[in-house]
Amino acid sequence: MELRLTVNGEVVSGAVEPRTLLVHFLRGHLGLTGTKVGCDTSSCGACTVLVDGRSAKSCTVLAVQVDGCEVTTIEGLAPDGRLHRVQEAFREHHALQCGYCTPGMIMAAVSLLREGRELDEGAVRRGLEGNLCRCTGYRGIVEAVLAVAGATAHGPAPADQA
Amino acid sequence: MIPAELAYERADSVEHAIALLGEHGDEAKVLAGGHSLVPLLRLRFARPSLLVDIGRIRELAGVSEEGGGLAIGPTTRYADLESSALVAERAPLLAAAAGEVGDPQVRHRGTVGGALAHGDPASDVAAALLALGATVALRGAGGERRLPLSDLFLGFLETAIAPDELLVGISVPPSAAPAEFAFEKFNRRAQDWAIVGCAVSGGPVPRVALVNMGTTPLRALAVEEALAGGASARDAAELAARGAEPPEDLNGTAEYRRHLARVLVRRALERALP
Repeated sequence: MELRLTVNGEVVSGAVEPRTLLVHFLRGHLGLTGTKVGCDTSSCGACTVLVDGRSAKSCTVLAVQVDGCEVTTIEGLAPDGRLHRVQEAFREHHALQCGYCTPGMIMAAVSLLREGRELDEGAVRRGLEGNLCRCTGYRGIVEAVLAVAGATAHGPAPADQA
Repeated sequence: MIPAELAYERADSVEHAIALLGEHGDEAKVLAGGHSLVPLLRLRFARPSLLVDIGRIRELAGVSEEGGGLAIGPTTRYADLESSALVAERAPLLAAAAGEVGDPQVRHRGTVGGALAHGDPASDVAAALLALGATVALRGAGGERRLPLSDLFLGFLETAIAPDELLVGISVPPSAAPAEFAFEKFNRRAQDWAIVGCAVSGGPVPRVALVNMGTTPLRALAVEEALAGGASARDAAELAARGAEPPEDLNGTAEYRRHLARVLVRRALERALP
């Protein structure tokens, strides 16, 4: 089936079998390997991308379901090589160790921040419930997201960059 | 894990979807958000030859006012129930239950009608809608029929929806006391299914429904009858597991679930009822 959608701001098209999962379309067809396959059972969140601005687990979405939609992957956050503020905050706060969960964790955080709600530690932890980290733990991750959330009160919303 | 080969049709109207289902019968499976179906396809527990995608049919999505209650489109996503001002006003129990489903990613994609049509006893929103006294509308080539939600669930992942029928609407009747509600969910990890859950809606005739206490989402009728007869929340909650045949799995034995049901129903009743 022919697909046409916007990925990281660019219109892409391709032919896929209907059974193709979005994560395999992104990685295999488009070469966007920043998005990871982790548990493959919609639990770990490593495959998280934005679909029309909201986080989704791309291992549980068929590519045909996002025909015509806007998809943002981790590559889309730093199109000119300059890190997105959430990426910067992850680096600043030691929010990763092996890095495998990081793209999904960052996309989930960007989605949470885009909601524009006031975030405290509990809200950040709850907002990242769909993402698992098996090595560094969550403290640095939560601190990184809180740092960006605090910054949004005085600066432009992260949505402007995402 | 990838699904087996299948064909895909995007329905552009309810009539189109029903025509496709009529043509393909039980070889076809309806796809909405896909958060129950896609995992089953990947594990190849479900092997339909055709997916009928109803995700783009506008009239099936969204929440509107209906006779003092709510008309809920089946493809309304959990996140949109959670954030709807109308749902918050008229059925805050449903918003609370929707906010407990899975995790944010799941709530962004999964749909309320998909959960009902899947018929999983562990569905949070199914229990909430049972407690709210919801009805559902099913439409096929022969016309539309409406039934109480409790009649939709026949067995484990088995519903009264015929292969050529589509769930087209969910109605929540007006409540005299929408603010009297509680949703309790017990699990060990944040994003998991409930080991046991409980939904209570108050008002003159309180209704109590249970998550994961049998082969279907179910009402705790013994608790409701005891409350109607003037029993205290504490005494009524003791009957929470009466007649229930809860599943046994790695998360707990049937006896453990019966215990949880009594505890959660007591907590929910004490919170919900004045």
